[in-house]
Order: sequence, then structure tokens, then C-alpha cells
Amino acid sequence: MAKSLRIIPEKCTGCMQCELACSWVQTGMFQPSRSLIRVNIFDEQASYAPYTCFQCDEAWCMTACPVNAISVDADTGAKVVADANCVGCGLCTIACPFGTVFYNPDTQKAFKCDLCDGNPACAVACPTGAIEYTESESADWLGGWAEKVNASYLQSIEGGNAA
Amino acid sequence: MSNGGWTGTILRVDLTTGRISKEPLNMDWATSFVGGRGLGAKYLYEEMDPAAEALGPDNKMIFATGPMTGTNASTSSRYMVITKGALTNAITTSNSGGHWGPELKFAGYDMLIVEGRAPVPSYISICDDDVRICSAEHLWGKTVWETDDIVREESGQHDTVVTCIGPAGENLVRFAAIINDRHRAAGRSGVGAVMGSKNLKAIAVRGTGGVPIADPQKFMSAMWEMKSKLVEHPVTGEGLAAYGTAVLVNIINESGALPTNNHQVSQLEGADNISGETLADTRLVANKACFGCTIACGRVSQLPGEAQDKFTVTTRPHNWKIAVEGPEYENAWAMGADCGIDDLDALIKANALCNVLGMDPISFGATLAAAMELYENGAVTDEQTGMALNFGNSEALVAMVEKAAYREGFGDELAEGSKRMTAKFNHPEYFMGVRGQEFPAYDARAIQGMGLGYATSNRGACHLKSYTVAPEILGIPEKMDPAVTEGKAEITKIFQDATCTVDASGLCLFLTFGVGLDEIQPQLEAVTGISYSVPELMEVGERVWNIERMWNQRAGFSGKDDTLPKRLLEDPIPDGPTKGEVNRLGEMLPEYYELRGWNAEGEPTQEKLSSLGLT
Repeated sequence: MAKSLRIIPEKCTGCMQCELACSWVQTGMFQPSRSLIRVNIFDEQASYAPYTCFQCDEAWCMTACPVNAISVDADTGAKVVADANCVGCGLCTIACPFGTVFYNPDTQKAFKCDLCDGNPACAVACPTGAIEYTESESADWLGGWAEKVNASYLQSIEGGNAA
Repeated sequence: MSNGGWTGTILRVDLTTGRISKEPLNMDWATSFVGGRGLGAKYLYEEMDPAAEALGPDNKMIFATGPMTGTNASTSSRYMVITKGALTNAITTSNSGGHWGPELKFAGYDMLIVEGRAPVPSYISICDDDVRICSAEHLWGKTVWETDDIVREESGQHDTVVTCIGPAGENLVRFAAIINDRHRAAGRSGVGAVMGSKNLKAIAVRGTGGVPIADPQKFMSAMWEMKSKLVEHPVTGEGLAAYGTAVLVNIINESGALPTNNHQVSQLEGADNISGETLADTRLVANKACFGCTIACGRVSQLPGEAQDKFTVTTRPHNWKIAVEGPEYENAWAMGADCGIDDLDALIKANALCNVLGMDPISFGATLAAAMELYENGAVTDEQTGMALNFGNSEALVAMVEKAAYREGFGDELAEGSKRMTAKFNHPEYFMGVRGQEFPAYDARAIQGMGLGYATSNRGACHLKSYTVAPEILGIPEKMDPAVTEGKAEITKIFQDATCTVDASGLCLFLTFGVGLDEIQPQLEAVTGISYSVPELMEVGERVWNIERMWNQRAGFSGKDDTLPKRLLEDPIPDGPTKGEVNRLGEMLPEYYELRGWNAEGEPTQEKLSSLGLT
């Protein structure tokens, strides 16, 4: 069973410590614009949502890459960009349905979450336990959460008649 | 030369000529004054005539970050607005969190200095190196939240952060605030009115750069040590997260130190109705953190269905069906207890309205409290006020927020602040404040040290310049008796100086509940690469305090202004656990001057100034 990054948005306070920690790993500076985890703040809904690469089983970034620069790390299961092979075409950034593969204008390469070789800095930095790195059956933890949120939304607009 | 913390560049925008320039940061000044409040005060002292009109083109506004701003040290979000206050005519240093300060840093600037006055409503757009002055004619009249939405949209960048004024700032309300991230305020002394007088509606920032650290290894270990201490401390680890700052309502009320009905009494009967505990039980929907903050004291509350339509106002963001921030302790007190009001829903709405319209809820609430005393004593009539302004009237509270921001009817009187308003209606004794600025939420008769802190505060009465409530009430770091004056001059000086240093660093004062300069010192050293001992950092603070004092002297203030209203000095608290107390300022002030190295008139001596490098 592999470990995966699990995000519990209800625990997030929007403090950006994850972005700071990730950017430090990427650049050796505190530079949120280079973070591979991003926190979206929805003020009116009181919702703060960090998101990053889910390391999909069926990884479209890998499929899209014309030069096979993205491969699966045997230890962590992370989809990792090999800088030496990447030609910076950006196709992976378009292919990713979650928008979690980025193009770095400084290096002119694609860059994405590689789970920090099994010790993700974002999870270490999170002060509220909103980001966990835990064993799980599947990396797809998002489905259940989306279903729950969707159900409560349907309930609110349909008065409880949701399927 | 430092290789971390500071970006080394200042951005200067002259709104009169439209000239935009970038200049190197004066590193000698940066070393001696660190940043934020300190460095901003130094630049304002060197560049501006303190006698200039606060609302005239010769006033300058400095938006200053510190070397810690934008790092991953806990509470690294702060920036300071340093200018001549529209409420006070004194130097003011208004602090705000959120994301704007770090974003300015990421764009590559330690400070932004705004000069002159734009010929037409304008806003400044900063995207890294690309800085422009844009027309804001289409934004004039818009609320803070509308402006935030439109300016972000116009920037074309999802991550743009906006700081702006609302209608209150445009209408030169003397206590108008500058609001960033929709809810975070550089709130006090009328910095929003100064911005309005410059025809400057907003400053949008997007920065993609980073903050380098001089000694990463040392920084990481010091940073983690401070974070663990913050987690372990009962205030920063539990209290503030669970209940926000409003956890203080019950504590201060039980201590007989919660000014009520414009400081006539010191306890509110229904205080628990507006406490952090009640808020958490009934209206709280989330905790929100500023950038980099591991404490997360910010409250996000939501009015339930039946309360959304209570209190009729024309400003109706999404019909009040949305989550809003607050209330925090200070505004729960000012608009609550000080006005005799214990209706939490009224406070949530009034506080959100202050954010939407861009106004300081402390000065607004305290000014309304003074107006209520005028009203109850017949000094203003129903005809003048347009509605009953009795203490406890929550309808009037919510209605008057809007009227003050738009200067409609009696709101035009409120908009002048309580000093000018009470003088106009011939009851200057109802003004509860210092240097024109209204008191915050602690009765100085019940907490002696706070009286000295208020009286000597450079920016006028303020809770953020020497928070001796910590030792006197909360027992942090050690318990002091709030009723005695002995030792208060010394603790006030220490707190004032240490606070200046925290404010200069770019960190938030709230972390000092759990840690002190001992924990900040190694981080600051590692970030900047410049060696500072703890005593040297205390000296930085003392230097900042003295330069602010010198600035005020040149603006026309003197030791005569280091005083409190007659009510606090002569009228004993009538009831409750602190019954019979007055503030005994006279017992503390001469000792304070002596400890400061000032003469009997409260002027810094040449010896003191030269020892601080200020001559």
C-alpha cells in the first residue's frame, strides 16, 4: 500500500505555510509563486482549499509527454519529471485535469509535486493537520469528499431531494 | 551588506507628477531601524515636514514590510502604514496582516512610499517590475469588497492582492481605514482618510519573486523552535485559536476593566452575549489565518437566516448570506460594551459594514459611545441625530456605521471623531482618548499601567503599543497587580521598546503572548545575516520610540499631551470589583520620563539621542 497526500480542507486556515515550505524546496527561497501546492481562499464561503498533484493512477501528464520525461518513482509512486529529458513544451500542464503541473519560466521545464522523495514538506509544515501523508488504499481520496460536498450543495438548493 | 530578509529596493510613487522610481534601500538605516514601523518612521522623519497638513499633498504615506515579512516564520504577514494621522495629526503606524505585505515583498520591494496627490482618482498597480498608475474614476464610490473584486479582475492575475479604501476614506472620515484582503485593516488614526486625500483608491500587488534567507540552517532551527513554543503556550496554542481575541471579553469584564457606556462604568451586564465563547458556540464558521500564521486568531462568522435581514442598511453584500470576518475583541468592545450593546448579531453586521465601507470600528464605536452620552444628557437632540441614540440601541449602531462612512446627517458629526465632535457640542470632557485618538478596550482606572501606556503612546491611545494587560491581568510573562503604580513605568518602557522591535521585524505582536525577543533574535539574525543581540534589539525599539517622539515634537506635541481625560484621573469607577479606582498617572509619569532619559518636560535629552544615534 502506498502513501499519499491527503488534504482535509475543513482543517485549513489559509496560512500558506505549505506554499512557503514547498517553494523553499523548489527554489531555496520563500517564493509562493513557485510552490507546487496552492491554497485557494474562498472568503464568502469561509473555505480554504489547498490542492496539489494527486499522483493519479491514470496520469494524463505522463500520457501527454512526447519525450517520456515523466516516470513513476518506484518507492513513492510519485510521477516525477526528469529535467534532463523535459523539453519544456508544456503539454503536461495542459493535460493535467487538476492544473497541478506547472511550467517554470526560470528553468524552462515542467515541474510538479514529487512527494519530496517520501517526506512532503507541505505536510510537515501544516500547523493544523490539514495535509497528511498517510497510507491509503488509493490515492483517490478526493472522490468521497467531492461526493459529500456535492450532496450538501444539492440538498441546499433542492431542499433535501438530492438523489 | 545583507544577503537575506530585505529585498534592498524601495518603490516611490509621486502621485502629483506620476513619476515612479525605484531606489536602493539605505542599508545603514535598515540595520539601525530594521524595517516596518522602525524604518518607516526613520524615512518619514528624514523626508517629511511633520507640520504639513495630514490631508494635504505634503503628507507622505509609507507602506513598509520588515525583513521577516514573507518568510515562513510564524505570523510573518505584517506591513505597516506610517504617515501623519488624519485623526491625530501625530505620526501613526497602523499595522495589518493578511497577504498584502508579503506580496509587496515578493514583488521585490521592502517599502512603498507614496507622495503628492493624484489629479484624478487613481490606483497603483504593481506586478513585479511593472508599476503603473491607473485611473480609478470607475472605482470611486465603490465599497472595499467591490473594489477588491474589480481591481483583481483588471489585473488579470488570480493571485493579485489588493489594499484599498472604501467610501469612508474617500469622504475623509477621520478614522477611515485601509483594508487589504477584504477584511484585514491598517485600521487606526485615519490612514484611510490620508489615502483618500491623495485620490488614491487602491494598491494592487502581484509578486512572483522570493525572499532569500542569509543563513538557512540557523533560520530553520530557530523558526521551528518558535513555532513549537507558540503551539505549547495556552494563549497562542489554544485560547486564540478556539475563541479568537474576543476570549478577552469575559476576562476583562470580570476584572472590572471593560469600559462601558463611554467609560462611565467598567462592566457590561450582558458581556457574555458578545464574548468569544458565545461567538464560537453560535455564529463561528471557521478560523482564518493571516499569511504564515500558525495561531489563526481570525474569526469567520455567519449570520443565520433570521438575522440576515435584521438591522436595515442599504449596503447589502450578497444580502448578508455570506461568511464575514470578525468580530474581534476590540470592535466587540467599542461597538458593544462602550455603546452599552450586547447584541452579537448587531456587532457582526456593524463590524462587517466597517470592513465593507473602510472604517476603524474602534474609533467609530467609541465616537458613537460619546455621541450616546451627548444624547442622553440632552446635548444633542433627536432632531440633530435623526434617531434615538440611547446607550444599548443596536439599531442605531448599525445605521450609524453607514451614515458615518457616507457623512450623511448626524454621521457627518461622527465622522470627525469624538474629540472634534464632543468639542463642537460643548462637552469636550466626553472625549475618551489621547492625542485625538479614542481609547481601546481597557479601562485605565482598573489597569494602572495601561494609563501610562495610553498617555505616552506616540500615535494616540492604543492597545498595540504597550500591552501591559498581559502582565497586569493575564499574568504574562509574570503577574503584576493592576491596581498599583509601582513598577509600571519600567514595564511600560520595556513593553513599548520591545513592541517597536516586533513591529519593525514584520512579525505580529500577538506572538509575544507565547514568545519574546529571545526567540525572535536568532530568526532575525539568520534571516538578515546581521548580528543583533537581544539588548541591541531592545535598543532598536528604543530608537524607534524616540524618533517617533521627536517627529511628534516637530509636529507640535509636547509633554503636556501625555495625559488622560479628567474622567479617568478624577472620577472613580462607580461600581464593581474596581470600584473607587482612578488612574494615578502622576505617580508614574515622572519616573517614566527619567527611565526614558527625557527631561521633566518629556523631551528626549541630547545625551539620550546621541546614545541612540539620533543626533
